[in-house]
Amino acid sequence: MDFFQLLSDVEKADPEFLDRINPRRAVFKHLGNTGKKITAAAVPAVLSSFFTRAYGQTGSTLPQTVIDVLNLALSLEYLEYYFYDTALGVTGLINSADRPAIEIIRNDEAGHINTLRQALGSAAIADPTVNAFDYSGGSGSGTGPLAAALLPGAANQAAFYGAAQSFSDTGVRAYKGGAPVLNTTATKDILEAALNIHSVEARHNSHFRSVRRGLNASLNGSGAASALAVSPYDTAPKSWISLSDNDGPTAPNGSKPARAVYGAGSPATGTTPDTFYPAESNVTQAGVNLTAAPLTYTAAQVSEAFDEPLDPTTVKSIARMFVKSTTTLFT
Amino acid sequence: MSTVFPPEPQLREADQDQPLYVPIKRRSFFLYAGATAGATALVLAGCSKSDSSVGTIDVGGGDAGILNYAYALEQLEAAFYARVKTGSYYTALGPTAAERQIFDDLAAHEAIHRDFLKAALQANGIAPLKDLTPDFGSINFDDRSSVLTAAQTFEDTGVAAYNGAGRFLTSNTNLALAGKIVSVEARHAALIRDLRSYNSFVGGDVVNLFTQTSGAAPGIGTASSPTGNGNPGPGQERSKRPATVLASVNSFLAEGSKLSAASFS
Repeated sequence: MDFFQLLSDVEKADPEFLDRINPRRAVFKHLGNTGKKITAAAVPAVLSSFFTRAYGQTGSTLPQTVIDVLNLALSLEYLEYYFYDTALGVTGLINSADRPAIEIIRNDEAGHINTLRQALGSAAIADPTVNAFDYSGGSGSGTGPLAAALLPGAANQAAFYGAAQSFSDTGVRAYKGGAPVLNTTATKDILEAALNIHSVEARHNSHFRSVRRGLNASLNGSGAASALAVSPYDTAPKSWISLSDNDGPTAPNGSKPARAVYGAGSPATGTTPDTFYPAESNVTQAGVNLTAAPLTYTAAQVSEAFDEPLDPTTVKSIARMFVKSTTTLFT
Repeated sequence: MSTVFPPEPQLREADQDQPLYVPIKRRSFFLYAGATAGATALVLAGCSKSDSSVGTIDVGGGDAGILNYAYALEQLEAAFYARVKTGSYYTALGPTAAERQIFDDLAAHEAIHRDFLKAALQANGIAPLKDLTPDFGSINFDDRSSVLTAAQTFEDTGVAAYNGAGRFLTSNTNLALAGKIVSVEARHAALIRDLRSYNSFVGGDVVNLFTQTSGAAPGIGTASSPTGNGNPGPGQERSKRPATVLASVNSFLAEGSKLSAASFS
């Protein structure tokens, strides 16, 4: 084990690492005093103490259930990050009015990656790199139903924003499904960080939906926010999920690759306080049917007012369509 | 939890704009409570901390306190959108105007949240807070800009409030319910912000924005604020504790309806 190489690698992954363990970088002095006495066998213990000093509770001390939730979230953040980052480099795909938004969203995902890597410490998965992904939705074939989403030209915007909406809605549902696992006395700060990421993903999703309403009305830029939503909301959605949005965006080949994003998870039904994952069209919350008298709300209104969580198994099965079959991501 | 929808003697669909605009003297609440069955529980739940914050109603402690805190915020949001629909900004919108569609939805969603939380509180044997009396005197409901600015304040505040309250919930059922609501509030907030200023669905005022370093691995970059001193980590919403939220929310509540949350800090 090369101790200094490891420190260097850690600093590459997190440039603030050295500041974190010692704001004035006196760590080098510290190493100078003691480093020569470190034997090979002692290195892991020394490293461990550095990680603990830097991040508080780290991967090695977090419960495995918490690690699993955070690494699934981190994997989804990588999926989104590389999707938006790739799109920004595709000629003519993102027009100038929308480019600032995609850059902001890409950067937000990078911030989420930073947050999750800090929380996980040494338990974080490795950066899968863009090579792990197949954004066509073909599990590595490159010829899936969403292949147009990253092809050059404005004609492919609809496919791009449809995919973006589906990815971010998957993220919102996944964080919602994971939150209860993070609700332990020792991980309240991590829970709050996850909630703070969850709402940002929902903001992104709302914006993608506005852009899609605009595209449907041939409006780019500021006109998009005030373009009409058109029932059944698969092509020109509201900024919130209405029933199941007619199974989500339609791919260029006519298929509905995001059907599972808006459908039920597993188990789909149950009785509070059991955990279950109904479809987005759900109208019963905590045992109360909110469309029943004396209330007068429609099923569409009630479904829009609540987003639903999704279980890790269903989230992974959705995400597996967008990674190459050779990677272990989302397995 | 009960599968039967509890009795709802005061559904406020029809009368929501009447009690909301009539200033009620502070003592009216106590008169009302004293004359009502179950008043003792209501007084205890609603006023236990009033001696430490004179003139405020405390939301109480534990999961019940957070649920009542959420109920209070949803009451205020629902009352706001109900009032929007009576102002000339909204009434002048065409029948197929997108902003009419949007405000119809917002009004319905927030009324649903309010009614749901009241039902959930009652089903758990928790006395809901009283019907709060808002004070929207600072808002011009005939003016689009004034309405949108206020809507953004309510929605952004709602998101920060739910995010900052989640950690106080011990029941995962309640945490899951809060999670189902907060992402809808975030969708609202993002759309209102985009209506006011396109591409402002996130902004430095609500999110600790992060700048990815070009060419570096994802996650390497600079946050606009260092984590700590009230700033969340990079790319995160700026969650707020109940006391911070209520300090701003109380400016929209009339005397006698102002709130405190002494159990959560």
